[in-house]
Amino acid sequence: MLSILQSIWHVFLHTFQKRVTVQYPEEKPYLAPRYRGRIILSRDPDGGERCVACYLCAVACPVSCIALQATEDEHGRRYPEFFRINFSRCIYCGYCEEACPTYAIQLTPDFEMGEFHRQNLVYEKEDLLINGPGKYPGYNYWRVAGVQIGGKNKGQAEHEVAPVDIHSLLP
Amino acid sequence: MTSPYPMLSVLGIFLGALTIAAWLIWLERRLLALWQDRYGPNRVGPFGLLQVVADGIKIFMKEDWVPPFADKPVFILAPAIIVVTVLMSFAVLPVAPGILISDLNIGLLFVLALSSLGVYSVVLAGWSSNNKYALLGGMRAAAQMISYEVFMGLSLMGVVLLAGSFSLPTIVEAQRDLWFVIPQFLGFVLFLIAGLAETRRTPFDLPEAESELVAGYHSEYSGMKFGMFFVGEYLGVTLISAMITVLFFGGWLGPVLPPIVWFLLKTFFFIALFILLRGALPRPRFDQLMSWGWKVMLPLALVNLVVTGAVVLAWR
Repeated sequence: MLSILQSIWHVFLHTFQKRVTVQYPEEKPYLAPRYRGRIILSRDPDGGERCVACYLCAVACPVSCIALQATEDEHGRRYPEFFRINFSRCIYCGYCEEACPTYAIQLTPDFEMGEFHRQNLVYEKEDLLINGPGKYPGYNYWRVAGVQIGGKNKGQAEHEVAPVDIHSLLP
Repeated sequence: MTSPYPMLSVLGIFLGALTIAAWLIWLERRLLALWQDRYGPNRVGPFGLLQVVADGIKIFMKEDWVPPFADKPVFILAPAIIVVTVLMSFAVLPVAPGILISDLNIGLLFVLALSSLGVYSVVLAGWSSNNKYALLGGMRAAAQMISYEVFMGLSLMGVVLLAGSFSLPTIVEAQRDLWFVIPQFLGFVLFLIAGLAETRRTPFDLPEAESELVAGYHSEYSGMKFGMFFVGEYLGVTLISAMITVLFFGGWLGPVLPPIVWFLLKTFFFIALFILLRGALPRPRFDQLMSWGWKVMLPLALVNLVVTGAVVLAWR
């Protein structure tokens, strides 16, 4: 009997306690910089697309929500002809970001992507591409990779040693 | 004692009771939220007050479906009974001097009789639904309400003995010197518990028991028929709170403020207490409920009645 009265009293004391509800649309929650939300495609510091259309993200994706088609420009740079993420399937696991060799695909702390039509959740490349390098400001894949493209020969990449001339006998 | 404009007070009490009952849904959700450290509905209108209106519009738009296996006339009648019986009890409720529909000299008995009739609603709803869970809920309701009604009536007889009348305005006037809650504290506690059981509110909500019986007797109901059970339940809460105020806490009596404000304040206090009890207490097992009613509450009510009778006899 006493314990019943006690529990009534304790519940009553909650009148004076702070409420735990976050009034969401007015009061935004804190999202960590590494929060896994909407997926973007980032660019090099000089403005070129980072994505080299290697398909690793599409392979890593557990729900197969990424579709892309590789192609090459006149300089020999690979890039995706189209890049499509179906966000109605995406589970925001971040495996695509982990798989990406060029830091192109990244997850951002934004989750407010509600739509009235499901079709609007399919994002094309122009929806995904942002005008910036995202989380890796200084990184430029084509500048550090040892791949030869138009305007950059072998040995011209950063920290790359000039290739050995195997036809010369000099040490 | 009755009002000079009878129709006006009929309309006032009728609309007042229905409005209070409707907004109790909002109040209950807000208060429960407060005691659970949440906010509750606070989006529709100021403080979420228009939530009731939104819910009302929604519930009227719902499909009004009668299951093909149900006993149709009884199924439709059942939700109406509870609202009608509870609303009729308001006819004898003295809100303030002059605001009273009918000063019956057996007012208290009238209320008790109508609250007994209210059981039919629940039992018939459970029976006509032709559904195991609904039937179980209806049977529990019948057993619970009949056993708690016995000492509900007995717990009030102390008040009747002290006031010397069954008429509710006379009972209020008899408390001008001392509220009956002091000489009749045991009676008050017993009536509070019995009232909870009569309105089937949470510690005694075994007829509904969401966690075991789906929704008990109103499992098969939808749309406004379902809504009627809730209007009936909240009307019942209002009525029992008002009855506690009238019988034990001096009704409209109080200093400074006008009588109707005192009445509403006291009633609101007990409504809030009902909601607090719902927020704090778990549901007992059914056999615990029954043995409590018959083995503890009933003897206590009898002892209360006998002692009060002896004291009143010795006093006069």
